[in-house]
Amino acid sequence: MASRGIRDRVAIVGMGCTPFGEHWDKGVNDLLTDATKDAIASADIPLGDIDAFWLGTMGSGVSGITLSKPLKLDYKPVSRNENFCATGSEAFRNACYAVASGAYDLVMAIGVEKLKDSGFSGLTGTRPVGDGTDAALTAPASFSFLAPAYCHKYGVSEAEMKDVLTRIAWKNHRNGAVNPRAQFRKEVSKETIAASPLIAGQLGVFDCSGVSDGSAAAIICRAEDAGRYTDNPLYVKALSFVAGPGQGTMDPSYDYTSFEEVVRSAEDAYGQAGITDPRSQLAMAEVHDCFTPTELVLMEDLGFAERGTAWKEVLAGTFDRDGELPVNPDGGLKSFGHPIGASGLRMLFECWLQLRGQAPQERQIATVTEAGRKLGLTHNLGGMPGECVSFVSVVGSEPSA
Amino acid sequence: MNSGIVAWGTYLPYWRLDRKTIGLATGQPSGRGTRTVASYDEDTTTLAVEAGRRALRAPGAPTPGALLLSTPAPAYLDKTNATAVAAALGLPGSCGAYDLNGSSRSAFATMSAAAAASGPTLAILSDVRTGLSGGADERDAGDGAAAFLWGGAGAVAEPIGEASASDEFLDRWRVPGETESHTWEERFGEDVYVPLAHAAFADALKAAGVSAQELDHVIVSGLHARAVRVVKGGLGVRGEALATDRSPVIGNLGAADFGVALADVLERAAPGQLIAVLVLADGADAVVFRTTDALPAAQRAHAEAAETVEAQAGGGRSDLPYLRFLTWRGEVAPEPPRRPDPERPGAPTAHRSEGWKYGFNASRCLRCGFRHLPPTRVCMNCHAVDEMAPERLADTRGTVATFTVDRLAFSLSPPVIGVVVDFDGGGRFRCEMTDADPDKVHIGQRVEMTFRRLWTSQGVHNYFWKAKPVEGSD
Repeated sequence: MASRGIRDRVAIVGMGCTPFGEHWDKGVNDLLTDATKDAIASADIPLGDIDAFWLGTMGSGVSGITLSKPLKLDYKPVSRNENFCATGSEAFRNACYAVASGAYDLVMAIGVEKLKDSGFSGLTGTRPVGDGTDAALTAPASFSFLAPAYCHKYGVSEAEMKDVLTRIAWKNHRNGAVNPRAQFRKEVSKETIAASPLIAGQLGVFDCSGVSDGSAAAIICRAEDAGRYTDNPLYVKALSFVAGPGQGTMDPSYDYTSFEEVVRSAEDAYGQAGITDPRSQLAMAEVHDCFTPTELVLMEDLGFAERGTAWKEVLAGTFDRDGELPVNPDGGLKSFGHPIGASGLRMLFECWLQLRGQAPQERQIATVTEAGRKLGLTHNLGGMPGECVSFVSVVGSEPSA
Repeated sequence: MNSGIVAWGTYLPYWRLDRKTIGLATGQPSGRGTRTVASYDEDTTTLAVEAGRRALRAPGAPTPGALLLSTPAPAYLDKTNATAVAAALGLPGSCGAYDLNGSSRSAFATMSAAAAASGPTLAILSDVRTGLSGGADERDAGDGAAAFLWGGAGAVAEPIGEASASDEFLDRWRVPGETESHTWEERFGEDVYVPLAHAAFADALKAAGVSAQELDHVIVSGLHARAVRVVKGGLGVRGEALATDRSPVIGNLGAADFGVALADVLERAAPGQLIAVLVLADGADAVVFRTTDALPAAQRAHAEAAETVEAQAGGGRSDLPYLRFLTWRGEVAPEPPRRPDPERPGAPTAHRSEGWKYGFNASRCLRCGFRHLPPTRVCMNCHAVDEMAPERLADTRGTVATFTVDRLAFSLSPPVIGVVVDFDGGGRFRCEMTDADPDKVHIGQRVEMTFRRLWTSQGVHNYFWKAKPVEGSD
């Protein structure tokens, strides 16, 4: 038994990503069509060349017909995937495996979510009929459990924690300010962030990701065929997905300063990709900053900082766009909002731009252009601390030697 | 037939409404003192559970063969509420569970029925009272519950004489569907009540073979305050025998009023004393008890748990804003959040999880001892399958592992406090915390569980457990 991965066996040869935002004038069909148009143009292929499709959406449609009908696909297979906030990444992962298996030559993974039509704020969805015993806490409340626990464990004061969380939001907004696809394209001052109305625990409005609509897509083929479509493909180095047993919400040994699911999926992904020191080997990471304490904890779970030190690294600017390891250089969920099915592929799109040196100059990261690093990481988690799913991918601009 | 009361328990809610705040809002004089207020997540069913838990915690309390619940404000009509109370008390399926609802007079009948039963019977009297804004009922009423376990042996108080006087007259009434009571002119009710009360009282004394002067404690209770006052003055009992009137602090508890007063007396009486209870409700009912040598041990247990009526009346929190009180009672509709309404629990799902949802039964792995909340079939720790034993944790305390204050989640009493509770002896659960100050919640805080109504959706009440701070720990 082993998780062997499919390192360098498949490659991304085209990607598309819509602007994320309040698309009052676009429906699910429009967003899917836009992302698909961009992706096939990027790979320079007709839609009819794609053999199979994986559609990630949590609640904007059920079944493959959600994609096949608007695109008028020619009786092709479409899998509809859902895996909480990692839905888009899950579509990508399964599409990659289908190519690696040899079943198909050319496939597309696409994610979409239309959140702004519900009239509600935040995420909504239908759940199975329950017994009414789940605590009716909101998502920001569930993730805000992390902050006091982290403070308690590492002796960080409430005021210091507020500075750390504020800086994470400030950094991601600063990155998003120069990204034309972001929902929020304005820098926000630390004072404004820190003074924003409280939502849950220490978290203010600016500690929470936005709510937006969007879609993103990737076209995948066998690595040896990549040259047919592009001179600079992105190779898939690792794909890891973990669904936790819900230990943390049940086991008093869990202390709410880590996501075991993330630790496990990161270990698996690094093993597949041959990464031993992620902080120095990765050029960038797109991580699931649904709420600011999540990003803080992820820095430790993903091995970017020693336990108990990420808060200092955040304050020192280690994860800034011009820092040692840029984290969420595109602006993250903070600037993009979180259309569930699209987010994972949106992260991948940033790797697609940055690792191939195609990001606009004003936001191209120096870890690629100057330090010459080749690898990027994307990460999603869905659920809540103690009980979640986690996805980690590593992609790279060159095949391994 | 049972020989007497073997255990008791009372529950007064945490919240008090300061009567001055009514006056500040209405611009009318509103009296002094406070009244008890069931929180937004409480109803007569949950109050009954809390009082029942305290009665059943008495050392050596027998398992009741029947549970009788009486309230004029039932959470459900058509559906029995006592079954929910029995399930939340963890009583076996063989325990009968019945409602004796309707007028507040049913409360006395519930006690009589428990007394007459052939085996241990738990009688619970519960009330949540309100009235029109600015009115006497709103101001003078209170919310609470009292539970009495009747049994054949080990009684702390035995009834030695009982009598009733009934009459058909219109003093206080309510048509089904109405939330507030109507009353006839006060003087008429007084005129009818006083002779009925004196007749029932005299007959009960006669049946017990005692004189009014011999009584050590006398309780007179009823919703007609003026009649109660006049009756008290004409009973011929010793002045010091009249029970402490706690209504200035807790209000008149309606159907639960004489029960809470009786518990209060039991908590201070000496063995071998005589207690008379006289209740004015569409007539009058009276009973005389004699306390036994078993009383002091039961008193000590209540005192140690700080669950006496006196302790509860002296506790609680009296800064409840009047507008919030009106919101809780459905008199004011708050702006809802831009979020979907909560789902009603499904009948089959709720029934399948009855032991968890109502009984708060965890599962403990028989192989490794790991405790699971909610109960699971596969062990989190050792992965053993179907080697679990249920374990009720309703009375197990815990400690806050981490917490949050959720200002986004909908509540009639925002903000919602979320806590992760680690239970003494193992097990963790994430739930809401109630009856707590959000500014004082902290890691390490001690909590206990309380049965509450989480929300009502599409006409279905969603009952479950929440954590609350152990008295004095916040």
